[in-house]
Amino acid sequence: MSILSIFVIIPILMLGGLFLSRNMKQIRTVATIGSALQLIAAIVLVVLFCGERSAGNTAEMLFMVDHVWFQALNIHYAVGVDGVSVAMILLSAIIVFAGVFASWKIEPLPKEFFMWLILLSIGVYGFFISIDLFTMFMFYEVALIPMYLLIGIWGSGKKYYSAMKLTLMLMGGSALLLLGILGIYFHSATDGNLTMNILEIAKNDAIPHFWQNILFPLTFVGFGVLGAMFPFHTWSPDGHASAPTAVSMLHAGVLMKLGGYGCFRVAMYLMPYATQELSWIFLILTGISVFYGAYSACVQTDLKYINAYSSVSHCGLVLFALLMWNTTAMTGAIMQMLSHGLMTALFFALIGMIYGRTHTRDIREMGGLMKIMPFLSVCYVIAGLASLGLPGLSGFVAEMTIFVGSFDHTDTFRRVFTILACTSIVITAVYILRVVGKILYGPVQDQHHLKLTDAVWYEKFSTIVLIIAVAGIGIFPLWVSDLIRESIQVISERIIP
Amino acid sequence: MDYSYSILILALPLFMFLTLALGGNKMSQKFAGILGTAGLLTIAVLSYMVAFQYFGMDRVDGVRDAEIAYNFEWLSFTDKLTINLGILLDPISVMMLVVITTVSLMVHIYSMGYMHGERGFQRYYAFLSLFTFSMLGLVVATNIFQMYIFWELVGVSSYLLIGFYYTKPSAVSASKKAFIVTRFADLGFLIGILLLSFYTETFSFDQLTAEGGFFLTSTSGATFLGCSVASWAMALIFMGGAGKSAMFPLHIWLPDAMEGPTPVSALIHAATMVVAGVYLVARLFPVYLSVPEVLDLITWVGAITALYAAIVACVQSDIKRVLAFSTISQIAFMIVALGVCTSMVPSEGGLGYMASMFHLFTHAMFKALLFLGAGAVIHAVHSNEMSHMGGLRKYLPITHITFLIACLAIAGIPPFSGFFSKDEILAAAFNKSMFWGVWMTVVAAITAFYMFRLYFGIFWGKEAKHEHTPHESPATMTIPLIILAIVTCVAGFIPFGEFVTSNGEAYHIHLDMTVAVTSVVCAVVAIALATWLFAKPNPKPEKMQAALPNLHKWAYNRFYMDNVYQFITHKIIFACISKPIAWFDRHIIDGTMDMFATVTNSVAEKIKGFQSGKLQMYVWIYIVGAMILAVAAIYTFVK
Amino acid sequence: MDNNLTTMYIYLAISGIMFFAGVYGFIARRNMLAILISLELMLNAVDINFAVFNRYMHPTVLEGYFFTLFAIAIAAAETAIAIAIIINIYRNIKNIKSDSLDKMKN
Repeated sequence: MSILSIFVIIPILMLGGLFLSRNMKQIRTVATIGSALQLIAAIVLVVLFCGERSAGNTAEMLFMVDHVWFQALNIHYAVGVDGVSVAMILLSAIIVFAGVFASWKIEPLPKEFFMWLILLSIGVYGFFISIDLFTMFMFYEVALIPMYLLIGIWGSGKKYYSAMKLTLMLMGGSALLLLGILGIYFHSATDGNLTMNILEIAKNDAIPHFWQNILFPLTFVGFGVLGAMFPFHTWSPDGHASAPTAVSMLHAGVLMKLGGYGCFRVAMYLMPYATQELSWIFLILTGISVFYGAYSACVQTDLKYINAYSSVSHCGLVLFALLMWNTTAMTGAIMQMLSHGLMTALFFALIGMIYGRTHTRDIREMGGLMKIMPFLSVCYVIAGLASLGLPGLSGFVAEMTIFVGSFDHTDTFRRVFTILACTSIVITAVYILRVVGKILYGPVQDQHHLKLTDAVWYEKFSTIVLIIAVAGIGIFPLWVSDLIRESIQVISERIIP
Repeated sequence: MDYSYSILILALPLFMFLTLALGGNKMSQKFAGILGTAGLLTIAVLSYMVAFQYFGMDRVDGVRDAEIAYNFEWLSFTDKLTINLGILLDPISVMMLVVITTVSLMVHIYSMGYMHGERGFQRYYAFLSLFTFSMLGLVVATNIFQMYIFWELVGVSSYLLIGFYYTKPSAVSASKKAFIVTRFADLGFLIGILLLSFYTETFSFDQLTAEGGFFLTSTSGATFLGCSVASWAMALIFMGGAGKSAMFPLHIWLPDAMEGPTPVSALIHAATMVVAGVYLVARLFPVYLSVPEVLDLITWVGAITALYAAIVACVQSDIKRVLAFSTISQIAFMIVALGVCTSMVPSEGGLGYMASMFHLFTHAMFKALLFLGAGAVIHAVHSNEMSHMGGLRKYLPITHITFLIACLAIAGIPPFSGFFSKDEILAAAFNKSMFWGVWMTVVAAITAFYMFRLYFGIFWGKEAKHEHTPHESPATMTIPLIILAIVTCVAGFIPFGEFVTSNGEAYHIHLDMTVAVTSVVCAVVAIALATWLFAKPNPKPEKMQAALPNLHKWAYNRFYMDNVYQFITHKIIFACISKPIAWFDRHIIDGTMDMFATVTNSVAEKIKGFQSGKLQMYVWIYIVGAMILAVAAIYTFVK
Repeated sequence: MDNNLTTMYIYLAISGIMFFAGVYGFIARRNMLAILISLELMLNAVDINFAVFNRYMHPTVLEGYFFTLFAIAIAAAETAIAIAIIINIYRNIKNIKSDSLDKMKN
C-alpha cells in the first residue's frame, strides 16, 4: 500500500470509528486522533517527497499507484503526487486538524457533523492525490456534497438559501466540468487507446486545437466556480456567512483551493494551446475578481462577508497568477493558495469564536474587543496583517512572487493588469484596518460584551496551530517555494512554447 | 574584516520583541522596561563597535569599501532574482546604525519614566523592540527587496505604536491613516522595484549602483509615456520614499501620527523611520544621478514640502503638531540636498549627498531632543495645547535649557550642530542655482521663526492656570535630554565629510562664509521677530492674525490637504466605487444567479399541471404526439 | 388478388374504426367500466388485424392466429384484474369515475 492511499484510508477508518462512538468524548477522541494522524502522515509525506527529490528522483509524479477500476471506460484508481499536491495535502491536513478543535463543542448532532466533515476531507485528499480524471472528478463531488448538509443543518442565518445556492452553483460548475472531462477523454489519444490518466493525456498531447478552445473554457469555468471567479463567486459570501466555523474554515481554506488546483492541473496542463489562446479572457475576469472583491469588502458590515469578499480577491489573485503561465507567477499562485488557505481558516476560526461570544457579526455593533478578549484580538490582528501582506507572514511571500512573476510579461495588457492587481494591496489594507479599528480598538460598544471571556484551550490550540503555519511559511519561504517550483516548471514549460 | 557579530544587532531586538510580546504579561513593568533597555544598550554598544571597526578601517584607493557581513537566500523568484537577507555595512548604513541605536536607547530610557504605570507597558516595549529590529534591518539591507520587507515592517510597528492608546478613537484613526497612506506610497515603491528588477535582473544594491552605468545599459531604449523606464522606476521608488518621509502630498499622516506616545514620536516620527525615504534615495544615489529629471522632481517635491510645512508650522497650536510639521520641513531639506546634486564627486556638485546625511544625523539628535522635551512638558501639564502652557521655564529648568539648545540647533545658530549641516545643504542648493539657494534660505528663516514661537509659547509668555504645579520630570527622563543636548552641542564639529560622502572619498568640510553669514543673519532676524511677537504677552500675534485672516485660516487647516484626501477616500472611493460595486454584486450578479433559480422555479410551477395523474389526459397527449410524429415521418420519408 | 385485397381493406377499415372508437372512448369516457370496454375494443381491433394480415398476406403460416388467441387470453386475464380493481375502487369511494381517483395525489 502506498503512502498516498493512507490519506483516503485514515478518514474512512475515522468514519467507522465515529459511527461506533457513543458520546461526545469518544467522538472527540476519534476526531482528534484521526486528524492528528493525518497531519503526521502529511508531514511524513513532505519529508519523504523531499527525500526522493533530493535523492535525484525527477519523475513528474512520485509514489504512483495504479489499479484498474472500471475497464470499459479505462478508469483507474491512479494516484501520485508532485510538489504542488504535497503542499496542498499538508495544507488540508493542517486545516482539518485545526477545524476539529474549532468545532469542539458543536451542537446539535456532533457525531453526524464530524462524519460529514471527515467525508468532506476524504474528497479533498482524494482530489489532490488523483491523477485519473474520473477519480479526481468523483472525489471532487464527494467533497462538495457534504457541504450542503453541513451548511443546511449546522449553519446559521438564512442557511437553507445559502446551502442551496452554494450547492447548485457548484453543481452547475461540475456539470460543465463533466462535459469538459468527457471531451478530454474522447480526444485523449489518436491511436484509439482513450485514457483518463492525466499524465498519459499530457504525453499524448492529442487534443486538437479546435477542441482545446472548447474544452478549456468548460474546465476552467467549471473549476473557476469553486475558485470564486468573477462572476461566479456569489455563492461564497452567502455560503461562508451561513456555514458553521469549521466548515467555513475548510471551505475557504481547502475547498476553494480545489478550484485553483483543478484549473492548472486539468485545464491548463492538458490544454496548453488553448491556455495561450484564451487566457486573456480569464485574465480579465480574474483581474476583476481581485479588484472587485477588495472594493466590495470595504463596505461590508458583516465580518464573514468581509472575509468572503477578501477571499474572492485573494483567490482571484491565484487564478490570475496561474494565467500568467510562467514558473514564478504560478509558483506564487500555489503559495498564495497555501497562504490564503491558512489565513482565511484562521480568520474564520476567529470570527466563529467571536461570534460565539458576542452573537453578532455586525462590525457596527462591536468595539473595544481588544480589552475584553485580548488573545482572540491579537490573533485577529495577526491574521489581518497576514492578509494585507506583512513580511514575515505568509501573504507577503505569495503576493510578491506573484507580482514579480506577472511582471515578467512585457505586453501592455498584462502589465496593466499586474499593476491593477498590485493596487489591491492598498485596498486590502483599507478593509482589514477598518475592521480591526472598528471591532478591536476604540471604546467598548456594547456593555454586555464586558462580561465575555477570552478563548479557552481548544480554541487557543486551533488558532495557534494556524498562526504557526502562517508564520512558518512567511519566515522560511524558501523550502515551500522550492518544493512547488520544480513541479510547476514541468507545467509551465508545456505552456510556454 | 570580521563583522560576524553584527548579526546580533538584528537578532537581539527580534529576540527582545518575542520575549516581551510572548512573556510580557508575566513580567512586572519594571522588569520589562529594564530588560528592553538593557537589550537596546547591548545593541547600541554593538553598533558603536561596528562603527569603530568600520570607520577605523583603512581606505582602499581612497574609498571605503562596502562590507557584506551576511547574505543568505531567503526566497528565490527566478534564477536571477532572489530576495536575500543580509547585512551590508557601508558609511551610510553604519552611520544609520549609530543614529538609530542612540536615539532608540534614549527613548527606551526616557520611556521608563514617561510611560510609567501605563496599561500595556510591556506591550509598548515589545513594539519598540520590533520597531528597532525593523529599522535596523532596513538600513543594513543588501538589496532593495530586503529594504522593502523591512520598510513594511517599520510601517507596521509605526501603526502599532501610533495606535498604542487603542481605546482612543483618534489614535485608532491616526494609525489607520498612517498605515494606509504609506501603504499607498509603498505601492509605488513596489511597482518601481518590479520595473527596476525586470530590466536590470537584480535586486542587489551593489549591482544596481555599480559603476559603469550597469543600470543605464540594461534599461536604455524602453520608454513609457515619453519618459524612459529608468525614470519611471526611480520616480516610483521615490514615491515610496516620499510616503515614508511624509513629503507633500503624502505628508498627511505624520501630523496625525502624533497621537502616539511622545517618545514614539521622537523615535519613529522624527529621528528614524521618517528619514527612511532620504536613506532610500541616498542608497540608490548613483542610479538617481543617471536620471536627472527624477532628481529635479525630487528637488521640487522637497522644496515645496519644506516651504509648505514651515508655513503650516507657524500657526499650529498643538506643540507636537508644530514639531511634526517641523520634521516634515527638515526632512524636505535633506531631500532637497539630495535633489540638487549633479555628480558623485563632493567638490563638484555632489556636496548635497554629504550634507543630506549630515543633516539626517544632526536632525535625528536635536529633533529627538525636541520631542522628548515636548514629552516632558506634556508630562508636566497633561496637555498638548500651547494655550495650556507658558512660563514653564521656572518649573522645568532642565527641559527648558535642553529645549532651547535644540531650538538654536534647528534654527541654525552656530556652534550648534544644526548650523553646520544646514549650512552644507544651503551651500549645495546655491551650487545648483541661486533660485534653490534663496528658496531654502527663506525656509530656514521661517524654521527659526516657528521654532522660537514654539519655544516662547511653552516656556515664556503668559502663564496658564494649572491644576497642580508643574514639576520637573524624573531622572529617567531628564538624563536622555541632557545626553542628547550634549550631542547636539558637539555633533557639528564631527568631521562628517571624512566618513560619509557620495563617492566614499574623504571630503573636508569647509564653511562657505557668504552662505553661512546670510543664513545666520536670516535666522537671527527671524528669532528676533519671534521674540518681539511672542516673548511677552501682547496683542501683536492676534493683530497679525487679523491682518491676514485667510492665510492664517488656510495654514491652520494645513491648506485643507486632509480634507482633499477625505474627499477622495470617502466621497470617491467609498461612495463612488465600493458602494456601487457592493450594490452591483448583491443586485446584479447575485440577482442574475437568483434569477436562474427563480425562473426555474416558476417554470416548474407552470408546467406542473402536465403531471396531472389523469390517465386519459396522458393518452390524449400521447396520441396527439404520435400523430404529429407520424405525419412528420410521412412527410419526411414518403415522397 | 385484387378481390382479396379489397376484402382485406374492408376488414382493416372495420378494425381501424373499432380501434379509434376505442381510443375515443378511452379518452372521452369517465366511467371506468366504459374505459375498460374501450380498451377491449382496441385490443380486439388489433386481434382482427393479426388475423386478417395472417390470412391475406402470409397464408402459409399461423403466427398471426396464435398471437390473436394469445392476446384474447391475456385480455381476458387483464379484464378480470381490471374489474376486480374497479370493484374495489367502487367499494372504497362509491363510484367509478376516473377523475375522482385523486386520493394518491394528496
